[in-house]
Amino acid sequence: MKYPSQQVAKPYFIAALALFVGQIVFGLIAGLQYLHGTFLFPELPFDVAHMSHTNLLIVWLLMAFMGAAYFIVPEEAQTELYSPRLALVTFWVFLIAAALTIVAYLFVPYAQLAAITGNAALPTMGRGYLEQPLPTKIGIVLVALSLLFNVTMTLIKGRKTSINLILVGSLWGLALLFLPAFYFPHDTVKASFGWWWIVHGWVEGDWELILGALLGFILIKMTGVDREIVEKWLYIIVAMTLISGIIGIGHHYYYTGAPSYWIWLGSIFSALEPIPFILLIVFSFKMLMQRRREHPNKAAMLWALGTPVMAFLGAGLWGFMITLAPAQYYIHGTNFTAAHGHLAFFGAYAMVSLAIISYAMPLLRGRTANSAAAQRWEMAGFWIMVFSMIGITLALTGAGIVTVFLQRAADDPMGFMQAQDKARVFFWVREFAGVAFFIGLLVYLRSFFIAGEYEYADEMKQALAA
Amino acid sequence: MIETSADSAQPLPGDFAIWIFIFAELVVFGVLFAAYAFARSSHVDVFNASQLTLNRAYGFADTLILVTSSYSVARATLSIKAGSSTACGHWLAGALGLGGLFLVLKSVEFHQDLAQGITLSTNLFYMFYLALTFFHFMHVVMGMAILAVVDYKAYAGRYSAENYTGVETGGSYWHMVDLVWIILFALVYVIH
Ligand code: HEM
Ligand code: HEM
Ligand SMILES: [Fe+2]
Repeated sequence: MKYPSQQVAKPYFIAALALFVGQIVFGLIAGLQYLHGTFLFPELPFDVAHMSHTNLLIVWLLMAFMGAAYFIVPEEAQTELYSPRLALVTFWVFLIAAALTIVAYLFVPYAQLAAITGNAALPTMGRGYLEQPLPTKIGIVLVALSLLFNVTMTLIKGRKTSINLILVGSLWGLALLFLPAFYFPHDTVKASFGWWWIVHGWVEGDWELILGALLGFILIKMTGVDREIVEKWLYIIVAMTLISGIIGIGHHYYYTGAPSYWIWLGSIFSALEPIPFILLIVFSFKMLMQRRREHPNKAAMLWALGTPVMAFLGAGLWGFMITLAPAQYYIHGTNFTAAHGHLAFFGAYAMVSLAIISYAMPLLRGRTANSAAAQRWEMAGFWIMVFSMIGITLALTGAGIVTVFLQRAADDPMGFMQAQDKARVFFWVREFAGVAFFIGLLVYLRSFFIAGEYEYADEMKQALAA
Repeated sequence: MIETSADSAQPLPGDFAIWIFIFAELVVFGVLFAAYAFARSSHVDVFNASQLTLNRAYGFADTLILVTSSYSVARATLSIKAGSSTACGHWLAGALGLGGLFLVLKSVEFHQDLAQGITLSTNLFYMFYLALTFFHFMHVVMGMAILAVVDYKAYAGRYSAENYTGVETGGSYWHMVDLVWIILFALVYVIH
């Protein structure tokens, strides 16, 4: 770490990890409700657990991306952050808004929440991942504007590297792509267009650029490979992402009321979407092989190399299996999709967040890398989480296949709940793998406390007070 | 492996990175052409009938224009190897002009299609015809953007008889755009 203002990244990273824990707890509850439908009912119905799980996922990833931006942009621009104070105020606004929203989910019935937050005036609530009440959505926009102002001003006054241009550019994209959240027409076809512009536009477009920039930054720092080489790879990855991903959105338009040519365009272009993920793997391992130094932070290197591999499996491979129109005709909306969603979100965005945290946190705490003991815990956490996420993915894939054959592609199709019952064993496996994942997360978190819990708490207070 | 421009032992002209990109682009177009062939195999009649409505004279002119521009780019590379950055700049400007002409001609063609009420929904052949040519059109735009940067640098005297990797890099991409058009022309306008 070179600039004191980079310290503002720290509360973002800590909050991201705390929210991550919350996400997994709700996932475990929702998974248990699959097995015992009345578990915690009526206090915490499945829809609330589900919504809290997915919203916390998005919030902690955004927290981590923001922390990454506040850490990387000054370092790349070789200048202090434009306004560390603004970044800190923004942090608290975002954290409190997120916490209040989750509390509201838990304690106020959703319809009532909609009524008291002005959803009638400007309807935005109800769509997946975008369940937040209007004030929260406006808060998200304000937080994004504050981030963009801060990093763009930093970029303007400093050195303009390709990493920074891609990172800041894609943060602008992230914010712009959120705007369809305020467009929720009655026409369900149009409503789903708007929804996919956000969801697909983020994960299969804009966020891939963020992922590329973060990975590029970590790899430059850790391997000492020439910046020029990394930048060329990044530009190719950016180009292939956009070439495949923009028209690839058509894989969400099949049989929805959109024109039928999307069946062809969506299938063809989304089938090309694995290409940037393959390039990311080649890129990362080339950089590893050409490295000019051995960085002491082995754990960060493990995360950085694991990310493209797992992202390829989750997004590239599992995504490909459900993307062609004839396949999706049977698979759409089954647990096969949830399997893909889990492995892709974890492999790409959760893991790249953990990679930048792994690289940056020791620096923010005043050391190049954590002690060997701490890294052993961290790497154990890595492997447990990776393998249990593969377990979750395989279980959900199994459940999806059961649905396809009993309920979708059958001559004498079963009812939905009957088919779900037949997949029960897979829901058990998912829940056990989920518990294992949670243990992996705790093992991972344990690594932060190896150097002494007390010191750490002090440092955290200092960072928050700064 | 992406090598830096200083490496003299490279087997391919230009920066090696551009060849990774070119390879990826060829995969993309390869998949598009394969999909065209696959779709055609079950709709041969529709494809043949609609194909006859295309104006092959335009398609042929498009091809000539792009091939000439590729020649122009090749001359630009020769010029810079001979040490003349002004000639290199002029040849590149010529290639850019021809690229622009291609865009104009293609726009006229698109305009006529639209005027006849042809859209992506007309039938499967027109869907492919419009999608493929428009996708290629965007690649011409991208290729021109790359050439424009190279041309600017050539006029600014940033290349020389020793340092011309940039010219070859831009040129290689442009040849790819040309090559893809030739296949596209044969496949979509001619073969049935
Ligand atoms: C970082 C790890 C995780 C990520 C990135 C993640 C992501 C997601 C996503 C994206 C969805 C929405 C899927 C869709 O609607 O298609 C979801 C739903 C869900 N997740 Fe997770 N999740 C994670 C961990 C877990 C864990 C450990 C469990 C525990 C068993 C779990 C249980 C569930 C359940 C039960 C649902 C609801 C599925 C449904 O609607 O049928 N998740 N998760
Ligand atoms: C890291 C990148 C990716 C992430 C995080 C991701 C995540 C998701 C999630 C969460 C869903 C479920 C949305 C919902 O209905 O709630 C989904 C759906 C889908 N994804 Fe991805 N995805 C990624 C990349 C890809 C790629 C590269 C492909 C294609 C090769 C793909 C193909 C699909 C398809 C076809 C669906 C719709 C499935 C259905 O209709 O049931 N995804 N994705
Ligand atoms: Fe998508």
